[in-house]
Amino acid sequence: VIQPEKQFLEFLAQGRFMIQRSRATGRYIFFPRVAEPMTGCTDLEWVEPSGEGIVYSVTVVRQKPPAPDYNVVLVDLAEGPRLMSRVDGVEPRAVRIGMAVKARVIRENDAPLLVFEPARGAPR
Amino acid sequence: MSSFPRGRTAIVGAATFGLGEAPGFSSRDLAVHAGIAALTQANLRPADVDALFVCLSDDMLSGMTLAEYFGIRPRLTDNNRTGGSSFLIHVILAALALESGECDVALIAYGSNQRTGTGKLANLIRTSVYEAPYRALSPISAYALAAARHMHQYGTTREQLGAVAMAARKWAQLNPEAYMRDELTMQEYLQARMVSEPLGVRDCCLVTDGAAAIVMTRADRAKVHASRPAFVLGAACATWHQEISNAQDLTVTAAAESGARAYAQAGVKPADIDVVQLYDAFTINTLLFLEDLGFCPKGEGGRFVENGRIAPGGELPVNTNGGGLSCVHPGMYGLFTLVEATQQIMRMAGTRQVPEAQLALCHGNGGVLSSQATVILGSEATV
Repeated sequence: VIQPEKQFLEFLAQGRFMIQRSRATGRYIFFPRVAEPMTGCTDLEWVEPSGEGIVYSVTVVRQKPPAPDYNVVLVDLAEGPRLMSRVDGVEPRAVRIGMAVKARVIRENDAPLLVFEPARGAPR
Repeated sequence: MSSFPRGRTAIVGAATFGLGEAPGFSSRDLAVHAGIAALTQANLRPADVDALFVCLSDDMLSGMTLAEYFGIRPRLTDNNRTGGSSFLIHVILAALALESGECDVALIAYGSNQRTGTGKLANLIRTSVYEAPYRALSPISAYALAAARHMHQYGTTREQLGAVAMAARKWAQLNPEAYMRDELTMQEYLQARMVSEPLGVRDCCLVTDGAAAIVMTRADRAKVHASRPAFVLGAACATWHQEISNAQDLTVTAAAESGARAYAQAGVKPADIDVVQLYDAFTINTLLFLEDLGFCPKGEGGRFVENGRIAPGGELPVNTNGGGLSCVHPGMYGLFTLVEATQQIMRMAGTRQVPEAQLALCHGNGGVLSSQATVILGSEATV
């Protein structure tokens, strides 16, 4: 039984970033669902993606000092799907569209969180 | 093949109420005020209304709320919730219902006291497990992501977004009811507080109170109610996503689809349109919609708006009331595009009147570039 949000968050709590794939079509899916978009296939399984992605777009949210500014990105996963996240490990303003990034599950505010970091060898 | 009833229905009343600040009123009070004003203009009363289309941000069941308030028993009540595009979709549904004889007089109404009521953009949107943890500002960060991508792909600049804000302000200066009418220079635009890069305060719509309403009837009786009705020539909508992370291409919106269908229904092309009303929640919207609705090629929106082309005196009058950026934005602006377009066709727009406005295009946006709806209105000569 696929319970999308619940199971995604349970994986995340174990430090695992998981997405879905349809057994019939082989298509990767994010956000998690009970059925594949368009086809309605309910043969979805959880799979571990490579974690590799490319920044599709980025915005830096300004805060009143001393609260720090932070980035919000859309990342295109190597497997196809796009998701919202944040790139850690660089100054918010150094995040660029087209940057190669790698997924990582961290803990923040006592909850697991999927973030990305610049991929090894990517220009910083 | 669409059999949309081109020119067979018309808007015969269009009014606003309480633009800016309207303290002491509830959202429904404001919507009813605008509704009565639009009905009065058409020499109608609430009792004449047999189809009611409503969407209030702070009232899940607002269709019934207004039916009760007006003291009417509509044959058709609709409470569509596609955000700011809701009211343009109401026009589609009202046109079909009027044409089929399901109703005779449709009232579309909206009101919001968000400025004096709560001071924030009214918002009943479901929180996303997948987006919420990243603290994107809702809704501006979604539009900022679109703007950043547009800049990356097409070289669009902050100054070009600034040209949109300045054009809106110049139109607002011609509209006594507009909320922000003081001068806006490029320097002020560029120096305004940055909120979610690349968008700053002057890229954002206002947070105001305000209400709007329009009345629709069949064309055969439209001239009884208005000397210059605004005939509905085409009306179409499209939905491509809800959350911004699920938008396929942040530089192309579903306006490309809704617009193409509305043009086909109306039998007109972008070059025929005399006046354009776009839901400018953020400056980037104006560029995206000008492109997607065919006024310029994809990616050229920034260059298109330079040198005052969409400002008063420019080649293409866009958002002649001052738009959501400078006139009014009570949370869901869509209905104001229809009111302003109708008033232009009715020759009621005062000093901002576009001479010879025969064809008007209205475009509504809902969610985060999620729902798009386009309505093309025309004078009697265009039917």
